[in-house]
Amino acid sequence: MPDSTVIAHGDAEAASIANSADTEHPSYLHHHFNSTEQQADASNFAMWLFLLTEVMFFGGLFTAYLIYRNWYYAAFVAGSHQLNAVWGTTNTLVLILSSFTMAMGVWCAETGRRRGLVLSLTLTLILGLSFLGIKTIEYSEKIEKHHVPGIHYSLDSFLDPAHDEAAKAAGDKPLPLDMARHTEVYFSLYFAMTGMHALHMIIGVGILGFMIYRARAGAYTAGHVTFVENFGLYWHFVDIVWIYLFALLYLISRH
Amino acid sequence: MSTNTIVSLPDQSTARIPKNNFITRENGLLSWLLTGDHKRIAILYLISLSFFFFIGGALAGLIRLELLTPQTDLMATDTYNKVFTMHGIIMIFFFLVPSVPATLGNFFIPMMIGARDLALPKINLLSWYLYMAGGILALYTMMTGGVDTGWTFTTPLSTHYVNTNVLTTGLAVFIAGFSSILTGLNFIVTIHKMRAPGMTWFRLPLFVWAHYAASILMVLATPVVAIAIVLVALERTIGIGVFDPAKGGDPLLFQHLFWFYSHPAVYIMILPGMGVISEVISTFSRKRVFGYTAVAFSSVAIAVFGFFVWAHHMFIMGISNYTVLVFSLLTMLVAVPSAIKIFNWTFTLYKGSITFETPMLYAFGFLGLFTIGGMTGVFLGSSGTDIHLTETYFIVAHFHFVMVGGMLMAFLAGIHFWWPKITGRMYPEKISQLAAVVTFIGFNLTFFPQFILGTLGMPRRYASYPPEFQILNVFSTAGATILGVGYLLPVLYLVWSLKYGAVAGNNPWQATGLEWQTQSPPLTENFAVMPIMDHEAYDYEWLEKQQERQKELEVTSAR
Amino acid sequence: MSGQNEHAHHIVGPKVYVAILFALLAGTALTVWASYIDLGFWNPIIALAIATTKATLVVLFFMHVKYSTKLTKLTVFAGVFTFLILISMTLSDYISRAWGSW
Repeated sequence: MPDSTVIAHGDAEAASIANSADTEHPSYLHHHFNSTEQQADASNFAMWLFLLTEVMFFGGLFTAYLIYRNWYYAAFVAGSHQLNAVWGTTNTLVLILSSFTMAMGVWCAETGRRRGLVLSLTLTLILGLSFLGIKTIEYSEKIEKHHVPGIHYSLDSFLDPAHDEAAKAAGDKPLPLDMARHTEVYFSLYFAMTGMHALHMIIGVGILGFMIYRARAGAYTAGHVTFVENFGLYWHFVDIVWIYLFALLYLISRH
Repeated sequence: MSTNTIVSLPDQSTARIPKNNFITRENGLLSWLLTGDHKRIAILYLISLSFFFFIGGALAGLIRLELLTPQTDLMATDTYNKVFTMHGIIMIFFFLVPSVPATLGNFFIPMMIGARDLALPKINLLSWYLYMAGGILALYTMMTGGVDTGWTFTTPLSTHYVNTNVLTTGLAVFIAGFSSILTGLNFIVTIHKMRAPGMTWFRLPLFVWAHYAASILMVLATPVVAIAIVLVALERTIGIGVFDPAKGGDPLLFQHLFWFYSHPAVYIMILPGMGVISEVISTFSRKRVFGYTAVAFSSVAIAVFGFFVWAHHMFIMGISNYTVLVFSLLTMLVAVPSAIKIFNWTFTLYKGSITFETPMLYAFGFLGLFTIGGMTGVFLGSSGTDIHLTETYFIVAHFHFVMVGGMLMAFLAGIHFWWPKITGRMYPEKISQLAAVVTFIGFNLTFFPQFILGTLGMPRRYASYPPEFQILNVFSTAGATILGVGYLLPVLYLVWSLKYGAVAGNNPWQATGLEWQTQSPPLTENFAVMPIMDHEAYDYEWLEKQQERQKELEVTSAR
Repeated sequence: MSGQNEHAHHIVGPKVYVAILFALLAGTALTVWASYIDLGFWNPIIALAIATTKATLVVLFFMHVKYSTKLTKLTVFAGVFTFLILISMTLSDYISRAWGSW
């Protein structure tokens, strides 16, 4: 099956490479590379560089978080107590498990186990969807309680914690008015960071769906594992971001 | 002045443009719009970049026209704010940042390292489409009311106090940022993984080293301005409060995130130009670049140190005195590698066989003007003087000296230097030398008075000024007109040369790079036989031996 | 006709992955438990230390960096380094200003 590279260069040599079925020039080898090793190497390196851009992208948000947490600690404590630690912990376990299944998927691709790969990717997808489902529950709760920054933001839970379940359970005292206002900064960062993370999860889940479809056709177990490996890197990165988000957003002063 | 020239063209009565080249290989608009060929993508970029440059230039013309008189009489103040904002945004994001990398870098990095293409051709094409999307969106915002915050989008002005198209412009810049990231990513992978046999790191042309350093900055710094723009958008739409003092936010946080990119951005802009200068100065003094290793490492040093100095753009904004001290000291450090390069280029000239073809004229212009611009940067990096000079025309003059006197001259040097290779045709020498001189004169007349205006206290971004500043402003506007002529001429004669220029042959400059050892215009796959690098960079003796071998072959085959 | 890929690199097996999985699960339990104990200013430090350990395990083993080339390791280092520069130098400005006087 000829590889559909962007544009045929009209070069007879390139066309024969693209059509050749021999192992020296498999159909997935692009003509500007000398070997499959070089191609896999290059695309793996490219993926790492892309992940670097993601690190710096989230970096800006983490910077903002660290500054405001130190400025408005009391507000951040109160805000953190409004998050459900059970859901947060569950999500962390879900993502860690999904990283495991993803890593197993890469192993299956590398060792030619087609069914194992499909199973691993499917489990990863299910876990990813579970994460997003739990996030939806959490977000709906925040919307109900008017903790979404903007015109509908409500300070009630912080000015009067006795009448708020989560605040009461955490033993929160009422905040002074200006500190209560600063909880909006906490929730802005909460939604910006978890929202950006969730967006990356959604994209990942979408690609997983595509990969499962292709994996069933044996696309990744015939020697060309780069796509699965590189997607694995992306998925693990998204997991790492969550590991930090969980620690920083959910576990502030829970004692 | 002697009529010395190193130009060596083939016999014009028999020379022809090679029939099989990357331009003739395929026909049709789609073969260009869907290409994976790095050379075609470079040409797509060249055309679109030139288009945006002239729009940015027209906006500059409007600014200078307004500043002919002390009063705000040509346009309302609000309009003036929009004009200088769009001038900055278009020139920085849609011209300077992609200029050399996306055109000359895209075209020549694979050829210089002996590869058939960049590592990721589809990503390369995507990069151009993202650039076009961002650019068209920027033009759209300009036509639907524009933005008036200055290209720096300073908060809380941009988040709370203006009703203009901040969001759409922010989106345009965001998209263009990804174009830049993808270009840089592609270059880094290519340079690491696709060098020909024998092409070790220290045999690479310095042009490649310069792009490598710039690419590191593109990949690591650009995402930070992306998140800064996202936060501005959230602040403007939902009112999340991260930059709003009323909600406990800090407007300076935006500036930290913005300048964390925008300072490295100036190195993203200048490093590729410095790469061009290395190639041009070596070729037109027939001499290896002095201190190759120092120049290579200084490129990387500029990239690394460039990350440590961003707050020198914020000295008067409310950062702490400790921060001012630290960043001022670090800024002194970052000037050193740039100075090392200037010294090395100067030592390359010493005892070289210098000729004054057009690329070399631009390179000389670069040496002088970048040095002045760079030195004035040191005055600005020194916090004591910066307090008086910042937000005045001194800053405007400083960055125009480095960016226009420096970078734009380097871009023109590169375009002229490699024009014969890209098109197979020579541009007309006399008129191009004239254009270079006109540009130099126009530039100095435009921007030198602005240093004086700045020290006298004329603020930047103001449409009106005290009448005693008028004479210098008139000089500046007059200079801008001359500069405009200087920039228009190349467009005219370069397009003319496509049809009527002399056939250039493989190596009209007798240069040593791998790109000069193959036909002009090049084949789609760059080389008929993949080269093996068996000599050092800038090895003119190797070149002579090559040419002797070639002559022998011709003689023996003619028998 | 080969069905196996010819990557010269080390293929990491399930045993390693399972071990890391348990380490990560344990780390999660540990960090949650630690957050419910009052350790004063140590709480956030411990939380970040545990998170960093977990992240390191994911990078080294799930992302294969332990078995990767020097280039990959250098790339990861460059990213972490630049990230730390952004945070530390920005924070140093805030720390040295009049603290919380907004």
